[in-house]
Amino acid sequence: MKPRLVVIGNGMAPGRALETLFEAAPDAYEVIIFNAEPRVNYNRIMLSPVLSGEQSFDDIIIHGDGWYEEHNITLHRGARVTQIDREAKTVTSAAGITESYDKLIIATGSNPFIIPCPGHKLHGVLAYRDLDDVEKMIEFSNKENSSAVVIGGGLLGLEAAAGLRMQGMDVTVLHLMPTLMERQLDPSAGYLLEKELSSRGIKIMTKANTKEIVGTDCVEAVLLEDGTKLKADMVVMAVGIRPSVDLAKEAGLDTGRGILVSSNMQTSDPDIYSVGECVEFEGNVYGLVAPLYEQARVLGMHLAGEADHAFSHSETSTKLKVTGVDLFSAGDFAEGENREEIVFRDAARGIYKRLVLEEDRLIGAVLYGETSDGAWFFQKIKESAVIAPEERENLIFGQSFSGAAPLDPMEAVAALPDDAEICGCNGVSKGKIISAIDKEELTDIAGVRACTKASSSCGTCTGLVEKLLAWKLGDAFEANAVPTVCSCTDLSNDDVRRLIISKELKSIPAVMQELGWKTSCGCAKCRPALNYYLVSSWPGEYVDDAQSRFINERVHANIQKDGTYSVIPRMWGGMTTSNELRAIADVVDKFQIPAVKVTGGQRIDMLGVKKDDLPAVWDDLNKAGMVSGHAYAKGLRTVKTCVGTDWCRVGTQDSTGLGIKLERMMWGSWTPHKIKVGVSGCPRNCAEATCKDIGVICVDSGYELHYAGAAGMHIQGTVILAKLQTEEEVLEYSAALLQLYREQAWYLDRIYKWAERVGLEKVKEQIVDDEENRKALYARFLYSQKFAQIDPWKERASEGVSSHEFKALEPAE
Amino acid sequence: MDGDIIATKWIDVCALEEIPVRGARRMKWKGLELGLFRTSAHEVYAIDNECPHKKGPLSEGIVHDTGVTCPLHNFVIDLPTGLARGADEGCVKTFAVEVKDGRVLVEVGA
Repeated sequence: MKPRLVVIGNGMAPGRALETLFEAAPDAYEVIIFNAEPRVNYNRIMLSPVLSGEQSFDDIIIHGDGWYEEHNITLHRGARVTQIDREAKTVTSAAGITESYDKLIIATGSNPFIIPCPGHKLHGVLAYRDLDDVEKMIEFSNKENSSAVVIGGGLLGLEAAAGLRMQGMDVTVLHLMPTLMERQLDPSAGYLLEKELSSRGIKIMTKANTKEIVGTDCVEAVLLEDGTKLKADMVVMAVGIRPSVDLAKEAGLDTGRGILVSSNMQTSDPDIYSVGECVEFEGNVYGLVAPLYEQARVLGMHLAGEADHAFSHSETSTKLKVTGVDLFSAGDFAEGENREEIVFRDAARGIYKRLVLEEDRLIGAVLYGETSDGAWFFQKIKESAVIAPEERENLIFGQSFSGAAPLDPMEAVAALPDDAEICGCNGVSKGKIISAIDKEELTDIAGVRACTKASSSCGTCTGLVEKLLAWKLGDAFEANAVPTVCSCTDLSNDDVRRLIISKELKSIPAVMQELGWKTSCGCAKCRPALNYYLVSSWPGEYVDDAQSRFINERVHANIQKDGTYSVIPRMWGGMTTSNELRAIADVVDKFQIPAVKVTGGQRIDMLGVKKDDLPAVWDDLNKAGMVSGHAYAKGLRTVKTCVGTDWCRVGTQDSTGLGIKLERMMWGSWTPHKIKVGVSGCPRNCAEATCKDIGVICVDSGYELHYAGAAGMHIQGTVILAKLQTEEEVLEYSAALLQLYREQAWYLDRIYKWAERVGLEKVKEQIVDDEENRKALYARFLYSQKFAQIDPWKERASEGVSSHEFKALEPAE
Repeated sequence: MDGDIIATKWIDVCALEEIPVRGARRMKWKGLELGLFRTSAHEVYAIDNECPHKKGPLSEGIVHDTGVTCPLHNFVIDLPTGLARGADEGCVKTFAVEVKDGRVLVEVGA
């Protein structure tokens, strides 16, 4: 009699193991399979095309009924094994079928992880693991106007979302992390994927933490931690899988995260093997098909008596199976010591490629939009092949370019054919640019932009156009003298600002991808600049990125040389009360603040506050009615005033009152650099308004509005923008001026620098001469203030915002 | 001179989620202050939380690629090696870190 081989599980891994076995030793065993699902072996990784309707179940069957007959396999369908008796060497199903074994394979696969939030047991909460799930999903999608929420923006969740969308459902994906598929993709590729899926009508919400699934019997909605409520008829949980080990554990086999196996797939009982997603090998568990098939091959050969095959851990690669999305990742693409990255971006075509090299070997690759070289890169990663320096130059261009000698950039431009497209956005060829340079006698990039439109849209071809100019003109060409934002990009601040608006870029990864950033996540110079440009361009829409803010703006206090902070509450127009002073005195005593100083901007500075104390200090100040003075911000600092007509015998207007009105209007706004304002009640100028960013000098006939002063490293008196009659006009003109500066200046340029660069006349034209424009600027300023005038101290002192900032981690000893 | 560390041990510090992406946390341990940094690729590095230049608290800096820019005077410290990048000179002590099952473990002197 032949030995009996019993298999628990009828998935792809045991199926492949049996194929290998039958090939190597066709009649060695009598095979009995228990399948918890009521069907034959099918290709589980092709469930997504079934869900989307692009394939049917029949298309994805691996082994039809005939295969089981041909190999005399007994297949128990719908039979879930509940017990293994290692003494008696038998297995028993829930319904009581018992089979004895000589050799046993446990291939129980994995279980989907269901987040145990309230409502997770409601009808309509599904996993995405087998055909039953898919059939239920399709049933839901057949209802009219049905909507689905998919929890999990990983491989499975996104495939489910795309499939459900193709079935006509309204789909929202909730993902806990900031970018999609963060385990396989870096943020740039994650951004491109998010953009593509959004364009298909799938709503993506990142950093979304599910609080509750709402409903009485059936799912009705999903409630997020932040209070957002999403209507849903169905919730798909696709947050991850866990090896299914319970059966093996109960049988007393060694388990960790998965069932522990040796390199020939034997468990701690030599007659019992395990294969597939339930397995743990050298600390690794596997969810992708390639290593599972490799395990299956090793197991099949071992059962056939060929013991010299061993499974070893190797890198895996990932592809997303969503029609029309080309995405590939393999290996380890994290940054690290001795690692270098090669990044290629083609914004016009939506292509992103990133290779990670360690020493001289390729260890990881992320490809988006163009993945034809994925297999080639993957091979290099698996082989751990040495990449020669000359090969490295062209490595990113893939197989067809490999081995070619690197071209001198100038020769490369010269070698391009005339019909080579230089500017993808506007379809401008090399020939067209060259003939424009000749005919119009162009000498700079601005000329080429004006005549051909090349490099005038996304700007990523600017470098190439400059090379063409240099090649054509030789020494006559002077490269663009405008500085770039930083060495992460070839674009100037103006270009970046313009493109953020015209291309509607609304996140830092979006800017970096679309504008071809040369680094994967920028530097300490460009990140705060981009964050500001986005804040000022998209009020109410852009979500501020705390990690791209300098520490002072991140924790709303000024860091001092010893790592403590200074705290300066706002004193509107320099006015204060006995209550405020008493509260400040109390705070100083309570928190033993070592120094208190009156600032040059008519406020009180408490110096030497410990970071951990900041929220409590703010809380006490808040209780006395005081808010942040933004003394740390690229924003409105102080409005310095003199006492004006209320008290002064020579005062001409209510300078204090006007100062307070200006401060109330302007506080909280983010600007390219700090803003200091002064209002003097007469030309004697006690508030020193004529060296401020914006200054008002009150005169008998009204108000002189000044701007562009400076009293720092650079000292400069103001110039007069306009002479005005009423306080209302002062507010309107100064807000319009501030808004124009917010919209046009480069990050870290004070008003005087910006005015110098664009020209005082130009500023005047836009504010004084053009009433419509002034009123529009004023309206835009007031609109953006709706989102900016929130006291950051209160948020942190009593609403728990950024609490991690103020508490050090203190692990138990 | 530092005394010889005769033994080290791994301590469980926090969940990975407790460190912001492209951000940092301070960690206090037996009178030491460490900075724990999490890169955009979700790797975690631990170094002495003191810039070799003028003792700036590095955990308060902006984190980019595998470096951090000191908030006081813009020294850029390479997190894996602890060395100052570019023309600047200096280095800080690094600590081994492992992220296991979503927990951050740091190797410190026992």
